[in-house]
Amino acid sequence: MTATSPGLDQAGPEQGWFARQHIGLHTALIVLMVIWAIPTFGLFVNSFRPATEAFGTGWWSALFPPYNFTFENYAHVLGQSNIGTNFLNSLFISIPATVIPIFVAAFAAYAFSWMEFPGRNILFVVVVGLLVVPLQATLIPVLSLFASWGIAGTFLAVWLAHTAYGLPFAIYLLRNFMGSLPREVFESAAIDGASSVTSFFRLALPMSVPAIAALAIFQFLFVWNDLLVALIYISIVNPDNLPLTVSIAGLVTSQGAGTEFLGAAAFISMALPLIVFFGLQRFFVRGIVGGSVKG
Amino acid sequence: MTDKLITAAIVVVGVPGVLIGYIWATEQVLRILPERRRPAIRPWLWLAPALAFLALFLVYPMIGTILRSFQDSLGKTFVGLDNFFWFFGSADALSALKNNLLWLIFLTLFVVGFGLLVAVLVDKVKYESFAKSVIFVPLAISMVAAGVIWLYMYQYKPPGAVQTGTLNAAVGVAGLGPIPWLQIEDFSVNTFMLIIVMAWMWTGFAMVIISAALKGINPELMEAARMDGATEWQVFRGIVFPLLVPTLVVVSTTMIITALKAFDVVFTMTSGNLNTNVIANEMYAEMFKFGQYGRASAIAVVLLLAIIPIMFFNIGRFRAQEAVR
Repeated sequence: MTATSPGLDQAGPEQGWFARQHIGLHTALIVLMVIWAIPTFGLFVNSFRPATEAFGTGWWSALFPPYNFTFENYAHVLGQSNIGTNFLNSLFISIPATVIPIFVAAFAAYAFSWMEFPGRNILFVVVVGLLVVPLQATLIPVLSLFASWGIAGTFLAVWLAHTAYGLPFAIYLLRNFMGSLPREVFESAAIDGASSVTSFFRLALPMSVPAIAALAIFQFLFVWNDLLVALIYISIVNPDNLPLTVSIAGLVTSQGAGTEFLGAAAFISMALPLIVFFGLQRFFVRGIVGGSVKG
Repeated sequence: MTDKLITAAIVVVGVPGVLIGYIWATEQVLRILPERRRPAIRPWLWLAPALAFLALFLVYPMIGTILRSFQDSLGKTFVGLDNFFWFFGSADALSALKNNLLWLIFLTLFVVGFGLLVAVLVDKVKYESFAKSVIFVPLAISMVAAGVIWLYMYQYKPPGAVQTGTLNAAVGVAGLGPIPWLQIEDFSVNTFMLIIVMAWMWTGFAMVIISAALKGINPELMEAARMDGATEWQVFRGIVFPLLVPTLVVVSTTMIITALKAFDVVFTMTSGNLNTNVIANEMYAEMFKFGQYGRASAIAVVLLLAIIPIMFFNIGRFRAQEAVR
């Protein structure tokens, strides 16, 4: 599918990256980007239009005169009484709920990939198989656990729950990544007298940085966008701790009124995950692993 | 509010500290033990935090679910396999199962195919970061907003009326009549329309993971092949793709499970009407609409059993990986 023509590319991609043989590459990429962007762009344009127009005509008609844009939808969303508190709550929930599972999963992934013990593969399969457990089936038993520990409605309850829900995927991804590191690196470290702890923090963890960055993005995103877990474990007991998603869900009534605010709300709530995504981009650079791993 | 800030600061610094301290402490504890017993105990100490979380929050509830799948709706009488017989005997459930099969095949193909394509293409251009963000944005959108976005895309007005849906306006420009995308049951067209929404969202997920693996490939390997006169396609086929296979298996497995659990898109866009129903929606209806906890639990157990073959495939692959590293 890469559109570079055979034989012409031996100079490598650095030289003449916009040369003729790369036109196909850029075209393919730009077409994909436009296809992926159009649906969101439509909502973006509509989020600046009055409700009557947004529902009456297609979003593209707003791009032609007479222009009729408004910030009212954004003003309405930001004018929600406790949106500031809920935004901060979202942060308080998301950051620990991202950090904790990454550490816990990294320990487990390291054990699964570089330690020998009986039943290792079966246990690993059980852990990954837990990905399929429907969250809905866990809500009531876990809520009664939290209630008996006296932490229902607290941030701690949500951190613990999100950590557990995120672990199967986190362990799976990190085990795949750590398991593909070359054996010699760990063996020579062991010969030099490095303990498992040293090997883990000095070798396995730094070499897994791209995978950890990917994991951090997803875990942050899923926790940030979560409504169900927060509603069940927090809302009944302690509405002061509710996250942003709850105030956004509250914009639309059960009869469906208020749909016009969803676009504005979506873009407001998307801003932070996108910043995290941009921020972690610098860890997706060739060489972080390549430098320390011999091919 | 200041209370919260202090708590947050303690947590952000303290939690990693506690976890790192835990692992360090286990090594100190192990030193007390005779040397030859350490390798047998060490893995369990490293796994303990993860296993504790999983046991409490996933395994324990799931055991309850398995037990309930053998009971009636009130959870009082043992009914043997009745709930499973009901599931495999009901036309609704079987049609949902058929749709899930379509989801499983096509969602996985779309997401892994496009994710790989984008990850490989952006690797060669200077606007990589921007291009990735464009593909990633749909994943950052909440499910509800994605539903609204695609209702705008698929919106259908009768012929002659002004089309406000993006796709029907485009089709209209081409001189064709408006198409009721989500209402065509023939050839499961409407199910495919829902799969497209999900694929649009999750391609960014596959792209990020595949891209991370791609960055881990030693550039010297590729350079050496190019020096030897290999074309870009040969470099991809001979070096890049084989090294990406383990990651593609991870992404495919994750997408298969996502397809089996597909719910939100169906629930927000068609509610499972017009033959678009899926198993998770069926489970939701049994649980919250009909109060049939036994049946809902049986559906959860069916999901759990459905992934066993995929998991065995994964074991085989990990054994192969360990044999060669």
